[in-house]
Amino acid sequence: MEKKLTCVSCPIGCGITVRIEDNVVTRIAGNQCPRGETYAQQEAIDPMRVLSTSVRVIGGEFPLVSVKTDRPVPKRLILQIMNYVRTLSIEAPVKIGQVVAEYLLGMSASLVATREVHLAQQRTSRSISENSL
Amino acid sequence: MRIAVIGGGIVGSLIARELTRYESAVLLFEKEADIGWGVTKANSAIVHGGLHETPGTERARLCVEGNRLYEELSRDLDVPFKRVGAYVVALSHKELPLLQELYEQGLRNGVPGLEMHDRGTILTREPNLNPNAVAGLWSPSVGITEPWSLAIAAVENGMENGLALHVAEEVTSIEVADGRVQGIVTGEGEYELDAVVNAAGLFADRVAEMAGLLEPVLLPCRGEYLLLDKKVGNFISSALFPTPNKLSKGILVVPTIDGGILLGPTAQDLNREEKEANETTRHGVQEAIEGARRLVPQLDLSFVVKTFAGLRPETTDKKFVIGRTSIIGFFQAAGIRSPGLTAAPSIARFLVRDVIVGDLNLTGKRSFTSTHHKIRKILDLPVEERDRLIEADSRYGRIICQCNHVTEGEIVRAIHRGARNLDGVKFRTCAGFGRCQGGSCTDKILLILARELEISPDEVTLRGGDSTILGGKVRT
Amino acid sequence: MREKVVDVLVVGGGAAGMAAAASAGAQTLLLECDAEVGGVLNQCIHTGFGLHRYREELTGPEFGHRLLGELERSRAEVISGCTVIDIEHHGPVVHAVGPEGRLRIRPKALVWATGAGERPFGSLMTPGPRPAGIFTAGLAQRFVNIHGFLPGKRALILGSGDIGLIMARRLHLEGMEVAAVVEVQPFPGGLTRNVVQCLEDYNIPLLLCHGITEVHGRDRLTGVTIAQVDKSRLPIAGSERHFAVDTLILSIGLIPENELILPFTPIDPVNRGPRVNSLMQTEVPWLFAAGNNVVIFDLVDTVAAVGEMAGASAALYARGELPQERLTRLVRGENVLHLVPSSLVAESPTVLYLRVSRPINAAMVHVGDVISRKQSVVRPSEMIEIHIPQDALRELVKKDEVHVKVTEG
Repeated sequence: MEKKLTCVSCPIGCGITVRIEDNVVTRIAGNQCPRGETYAQQEAIDPMRVLSTSVRVIGGEFPLVSVKTDRPVPKRLILQIMNYVRTLSIEAPVKIGQVVAEYLLGMSASLVATREVHLAQQRTSRSISENSL
Repeated sequence: MRIAVIGGGIVGSLIARELTRYESAVLLFEKEADIGWGVTKANSAIVHGGLHETPGTERARLCVEGNRLYEELSRDLDVPFKRVGAYVVALSHKELPLLQELYEQGLRNGVPGLEMHDRGTILTREPNLNPNAVAGLWSPSVGITEPWSLAIAAVENGMENGLALHVAEEVTSIEVADGRVQGIVTGEGEYELDAVVNAAGLFADRVAEMAGLLEPVLLPCRGEYLLLDKKVGNFISSALFPTPNKLSKGILVVPTIDGGILLGPTAQDLNREEKEANETTRHGVQEAIEGARRLVPQLDLSFVVKTFAGLRPETTDKKFVIGRTSIIGFFQAAGIRSPGLTAAPSIARFLVRDVIVGDLNLTGKRSFTSTHHKIRKILDLPVEERDRLIEADSRYGRIICQCNHVTEGEIVRAIHRGARNLDGVKFRTCAGFGRCQGGSCTDKILLILARELEISPDEVTLRGGDSTILGGKVRT
Repeated sequence: MREKVVDVLVVGGGAAGMAAAASAGAQTLLLECDAEVGGVLNQCIHTGFGLHRYREELTGPEFGHRLLGELERSRAEVISGCTVIDIEHHGPVVHAVGPEGRLRIRPKALVWATGAGERPFGSLMTPGPRPAGIFTAGLAQRFVNIHGFLPGKRALILGSGDIGLIMARRLHLEGMEVAAVVEVQPFPGGLTRNVVQCLEDYNIPLLLCHGITEVHGRDRLTGVTIAQVDKSRLPIAGSERHFAVDTLILSIGLIPENELILPFTPIDPVNRGPRVNSLMQTEVPWLFAAGNNVVIFDLVDTVAAVGEMAGASAALYARGELPQERLTRLVRGENVLHLVPSSLVAESPTVLYLRVSRPINAAMVHVGDVISRKQSVVRPSEMIEIHIPQDALRELVKKDEVHVKVTEG
């Protein structure tokens, strides 16, 4: 089987052709540098991505906290991870770097908060002065 | 006496306000979610001098008188109005006889201050005007305003004098018995009435039909416009008109109240069914650009922040239809085409004082308050007053719209005064009306609307109806 | 009303302003109009930031958090929720307003770091009605990432700039259907990496050489018509396609925000920002500028670096220690669109930032006849950075003007 990839290691964006036999890369062509080879090796067999998304916050100044996986996870599992993320929630306050979930789908990857979320202040409607306006 | 006005445009709003000067219960019905969203919202925003009107007609009289009334009315209702003056420009010697005709017509209509200016004078005063211009007819009484602000202010002032406002409530039928108005039915209920005033703008013919009248017949005419942001600078100082043809005043270049420039309108006659066809077209926008460039060739279109189209009602004979009808208690102010904005104050005054008051035997109220205060821009206030306000309520110090410097306090006030959606806030405060067109403040305004109206953010609309902004929560 | 006298006032608390204030140090005041500093970083929750500045890949909020740490350590004062409304350029005196009331500041130097705004839909002059459901990408991003609301159910994205690509992925992963990304140019506007990881990963079509010809829907958007465009970007008759979408996301460009300084500051019409020298000093001596209000940069790392330069220069100026030297003008030559700075100052660390107007493979970047640098590929979507060595700078500043051009290698 042959796969065509665009290398993202640098702005050149080489078009790389990878031949795969029995889930093993047997030939890589089209890359202009060794970084392309490393990239293609992984990308062709099992592409990995860092997932950044949001988790529901309870009692926070914002309804969500931004999170990311602390390491790349297999691209093929991202929708599954998203389904799991939708079930999560965390109580405010949230610290940056705080672990929101460990062992995602049994992998070593964790989900960590990428920002602080403080406790909510009451925001309610109240009357406003019409004074001389 | 119970009187309903149908239509919350500039004409209906001013009529409703005028009626609150008398002992009566006045109700104003508007089918849209807010005031002034039909013909009133999308036009040239010009208060004409009156030189384009045929002498001796009702339109000419109401236009010149309306222009005069703007001075006091805008002061009373605290609405922006600037007499910027206008030039009707002749771009060739061939047009000079027409310009002269226009001058004489203006004189006969009683338009004040008309002067013929030569090329040197007009190019000195309007350096960006087409250098081929040969002469200009100067009409100093021409002004600019914010039509929607005037409609809103008239309604708010009316409400201070007892007017009952029913927005988002469409009239579906009119009860007539024995040749006399009995009441109306709306989507919300039935109302017993002594009189109805039809000021339904483009839809006044449908309302007339509800009462059993076949006249007037209204045909929409579409006008397309481009709006340039105030960043364009002092490119023009007065309203610029081409020498007109018989059909329309042509495509104008007009300064706006907030310092921008408006180009347009085109004039495209549509079918009677196309009364909601206020979409812009490729051809129309192009035509507006070409028309404007004939007057100001150096116009830089990179300042365009918006294109829009407005529909105006045309009758077959181009006449206004103002007065009583064959049905007792059913009055009309219909077919209010250009210069309807200019004539609106005099239409309201004439219809109420010279027709309705006598027919219904209305007596004047002792307690009428003629003045009203708009939501003042905090940053236009004297600094001491500003300090006092911010100290009393910190929301007057929190700027939400960074382009036009509108504060949270002003937005909250607009909502408390009746804004129910983003456009309602925008037309009352100018928040989101600036160079970014809401790109940086729409979310903040939407959240303030949700908080003040005690609804969920995903229920907030752009302009009522099904125009919700958001499509659900990210994490439910 | 409060009065303040400071050495350096920084206006804008995004990446440029935070870095500027942090490097200007004590006796510096930073004003941010939003409730918190960080600017657009707070809503950019994706990764891809910090590789240059911090040598690791961070999300936007993490990058902002690092900058905030630097800012706190610098002892610069920060006032947020406070908007500058006027600048008296004789003085200068800066007027601001916030929930605490009016603020009048007399700075010795000012760093203008207000960033950029998104080009609005209206500027496209697209035919059709004006329904709800049309968002600039940044606005949609704030709704989704900060406020937790989706813009609709099915979206079309106009413009393949990075934020358009990032939003395509984000909306897709949040359960919206993304019908396509439409780009008027024959090449994507964003980084290759984002084309791969945001579109190709999720089979979202990218339609190059296409533009929007009409929007539909009275209350809420019901559809968008697109068409292929010719070389002069005019729609080709017969190539129209209709997409039934309720959401249109626009990633069609950013406009540097310079409203308050325009009346007294010379502007570069191509960059659409103030003309600055290599110290990020504008042609108004006390006024420095940094970030996307100078020119639209690609990377927040660059924005922070430029901010740092502006802050350090402003602090020197405030102390009367900024060298006042004869300047060498930089002039745009072949295939140079954006170019910062507009002039060189001797003896200072100097970086040129430039953007080409058309892509070239095997290109050569020339700075006068002193520097010629090979570049295997140049694209409008990727800004070129040229660090000028001191010896080359000494040669360059001998001249009155230096031409910068990008040619076929």
